[in-house]
Amino acid sequence: MNRAIKDTQKMIEEVLDAYPEKARKDRAKHLAANDPTGQCSTCQVKSNIKSRPGVMTVRGCAYAGAKGVVWGPVKDQITISHGPIGCGQYSWWSRRNYYNGQTGIDTFGTMHITTDFQEKDIVYGGDKNLSAALQELKELFPLAKSMGILSECPVGLIGDDIESVSKKASKELSIPIVPVRCEGFRGVSQSLGHHIANDTIRDYILGKGELEKSTPYDVALIGDYNIGGDAWSSRRILEEMGLRVIAQWTGDASINEMGIANKAKVNLIHCYRSMNYICRHMEENYGIPWVEFNFFGPTKIYQSLRKIASYFDDRIKENAEKIVEKYKPMMDRVIEVYRPRLEGKKVMLYVGGLRPRHTIGAYEDLGMEVIASGYEFGHNDDYKRTYPDMKEGAVIMDDATLYELEEFTRRLRPDMVGSGIKEKYSYHKMGVPFRQMHSWDYSGPYHGFDGFPVFARDMDMTVNNPTWGLIRRKR
Amino acid sequence: MTRLKILDHNELFLQPEYLEQFERKREFERGPSEEEVRCVAEWTKSEQYRDLNFKRQHIKINPAKACQPLGAVFCASGFEGSMPFVQGAQGCVAYFRSHLNRHFKEPFAAVSTSMTEDAAVFGGLNNMLEGLENAYALYKPKMIAVSTTCMAEVIGDDLNAFIKQARDKGIIPKDLPVPFAHTPSFVGSYITGYDNMLKGILSAITTGKKGEPNGRVNFIMGFDTYTGDYFELKRLMQVMGVRHTLLADVSDIFDSPNTGQYKLYPGGTLLDEAMDSINAKATVALQRYSTLKTMEYIGKEWGQQTAVITPIGIKNTDRFFDSLSKLTGLPVPEEIEDERGRAVDAMIDSHPYVHGKRFALVGDPDLLMGLVSFLMEMGGIPVHIVCTMGDRKFEEDMSALLSESPFGAEGKVYVGKDMWHLRSLMFTEPVDLLIGNSYAKFLWRDTGTPLIRIGFPLFDRHHLHRYPIIGYQGTINLTNWIVNTVLDEMDRKTINTTSFDVIR
Repeated sequence: MNRAIKDTQKMIEEVLDAYPEKARKDRAKHLAANDPTGQCSTCQVKSNIKSRPGVMTVRGCAYAGAKGVVWGPVKDQITISHGPIGCGQYSWWSRRNYYNGQTGIDTFGTMHITTDFQEKDIVYGGDKNLSAALQELKELFPLAKSMGILSECPVGLIGDDIESVSKKASKELSIPIVPVRCEGFRGVSQSLGHHIANDTIRDYILGKGELEKSTPYDVALIGDYNIGGDAWSSRRILEEMGLRVIAQWTGDASINEMGIANKAKVNLIHCYRSMNYICRHMEENYGIPWVEFNFFGPTKIYQSLRKIASYFDDRIKENAEKIVEKYKPMMDRVIEVYRPRLEGKKVMLYVGGLRPRHTIGAYEDLGMEVIASGYEFGHNDDYKRTYPDMKEGAVIMDDATLYELEEFTRRLRPDMVGSGIKEKYSYHKMGVPFRQMHSWDYSGPYHGFDGFPVFARDMDMTVNNPTWGLIRRKR
Repeated sequence: MTRLKILDHNELFLQPEYLEQFERKREFERGPSEEEVRCVAEWTKSEQYRDLNFKRQHIKINPAKACQPLGAVFCASGFEGSMPFVQGAQGCVAYFRSHLNRHFKEPFAAVSTSMTEDAAVFGGLNNMLEGLENAYALYKPKMIAVSTTCMAEVIGDDLNAFIKQARDKGIIPKDLPVPFAHTPSFVGSYITGYDNMLKGILSAITTGKKGEPNGRVNFIMGFDTYTGDYFELKRLMQVMGVRHTLLADVSDIFDSPNTGQYKLYPGGTLLDEAMDSINAKATVALQRYSTLKTMEYIGKEWGQQTAVITPIGIKNTDRFFDSLSKLTGLPVPEEIEDERGRAVDAMIDSHPYVHGKRFALVGDPDLLMGLVSFLMEMGGIPVHIVCTMGDRKFEEDMSALLSESPFGAEGKVYVGKDMWHLRSLMFTEPVDLLIGNSYAKFLWRDTGTPLIRIGFPLFDRHHLHRYPIIGYQGTINLTNWIVNTVLDEMDRKTINTTSFDVIR
């Protein structure tokens, strides 16, 4: 076995020492030294398994995956947080899924709408109240195209029948009402919530939209939540290629777009983790091929453009080449400016569904190296896609805890860390440059040719800001 | 370095390529026509819509409210070496942590027992036992303060019995304090959770500690998210010479110095002092509605004198120091009297810009009581007072407060209502200024009423929580924020007129 792998394994063992025996055994399966070749049998992590109690997992819940990620961004649907007051409050407009529309009139993305369960709802059930709530909402928001009922923990525990409430209300109000069984205790992370949300798109919305005409170039942009406008900067490239984006899921999505993706010629999927389910469904039932792509950083964008074009005729293939030719000088210029400032810097990533692998290429375009990466809620297929992109001996972490992140940072000494809001400020205290890689630290877009310069600028300001040098370390 | 012109989302999407893209996308959206949108938008501003909106009883829209365990973990963090520990589903803790991170821009540690479907069926005992074992081993707390999510409450987990088992099995040391509180999110709000957790902690750690009176005064801030208030209170007590214990002191937790080292437990009330709080002369709470059960417990069980005064504004701060003087026998020092004089001077200087201005307010009950009192002192007119977390008692208290001043005559208090109700109120009965948290910025956008950010959470402005709003110094800060918002708005409105004055 290679030295780099051995060293990393030894380090992981040392870190694990602090755990009680049972937790140590479990956590050992989730941490590994990377082997890009796939030869080493102990270099693969286990994933999508329950978190250990009390270890301070970073993970969220099924509701967070279904409401926060998949359904929340659909702009002309009223998304109801069904249950107690908190869940909807804490996830209120925190993901920056940008959209066009007039909020409160024809779109509802930045609103927090909840049935605010009281003790009587727990005792007598919340169905009656929910029916009445749907009526009230329809009266107050006549332009809403649909309503989604996103269940919080108690709903499933007390045995409410939100499906029958939805069915009845949908008939009376003449709009789709989508019951989503995403109670937070289901599954082991956000991931099951994505799956449940995909299934409800399939059952209640898909195939029900209107599209006047079809063209051979119709595609759907799937798994882009338009954080800081990501989907828009991706769409720009696709349109420039000559493709017609008939649906954008779910960033800036309308219910109609959710209903017509089955008419696409190819489904283009960016966040595989959260929306592969519906792509598989459309492949099996509508014969629509789907293609994974990566719009972070020029190297991956060029590759992705050619990969996407390969599903179309020569015209599109030529367009793809023309676009590469057109944008390459601009991308080279960005690299020319920022690479000297970032060359050789080491990055540690711990994020969600696609960033732990999708951003590696963009960092490499800037001369940076990702020395550790991990997923909050990845599955085996995510890790399989990650190993080949990382160097030998890099740390792979699944469902890392605060303790592990801190220990790995101390030992690996990364020049910057990309993770979430819960991690951000402990890194600030440690004096380690940090960037939120869920929300782009309120910046963006990071996707596409318009996104890469912003990404490069932001990584530079993270690593090279002078404030890090002001810290006076206590001995 | 040669400069590259880089457009991020703030400007990028205003470029013509994107505006054209958005136009093209409409074909697939099949949204309503612009005319329809305009019509409905106008209708939502009408009296008719307001009536419909106020008829609603079954749904909350943009409420200023969050759930019990948020208050519980906030309170639990305010003791030396204390780890907030939440029995229930794990997503809740992820949410509490990120919510507090976003407001304070500080790290916040709390653990969950990560209960899933099997715990729903068999109960959460195993999760609790393993959770305590892991949290103790990894994070070495001096106290573990347990609260619950709605999942644990619905299935009826018995915290007392679970913790006892953990001790009996030797999973945690016999002498490790493990106070607990049941904090169902379908009852009350985070102010209730704060109260329950504090009572739980104090009752657990003071058991058997009744001894010689220590002559000190205990202070409880309540669910106060201004770290500046904690530092201010400690400063004032030092100036006055009051020997005191500040209970659930979260100041260092949410405002710790950067030393290049991350400390899991950067401060909090010392446990020895907290245990001795039962022997204090008196306990003073700076919030009422977030400390109801705790203060009742202290008065009854500890037999202490208690006082509840929120020192926001001049009169409230006067009352605070008068009571404190009586409780301790200490005079209010000249230094504090001077601060009072400065605060009053500031208010007098600024009064022309606040007198007669009409305000809408939305927020937590204690904060609203303080702010309304202060506004009326300055000649401001509170008109719409929305308190999603308020109850009948608060409604009575607020009405009584409004009736104390002629400036309160127009004030109306709406308990259990939300910011969508307030939107209707602000369209049908417009006001000059709005006070609320960051989410109130949507009301600013819709109605054009300038927003003064006071409350919780404040996500979209930095550092506001560092400034005290209590005491005379806090009164100066409030005056500053309010009057300068008025003046900023005046500049904006007069930018193309002769009234664009340089001296105001």
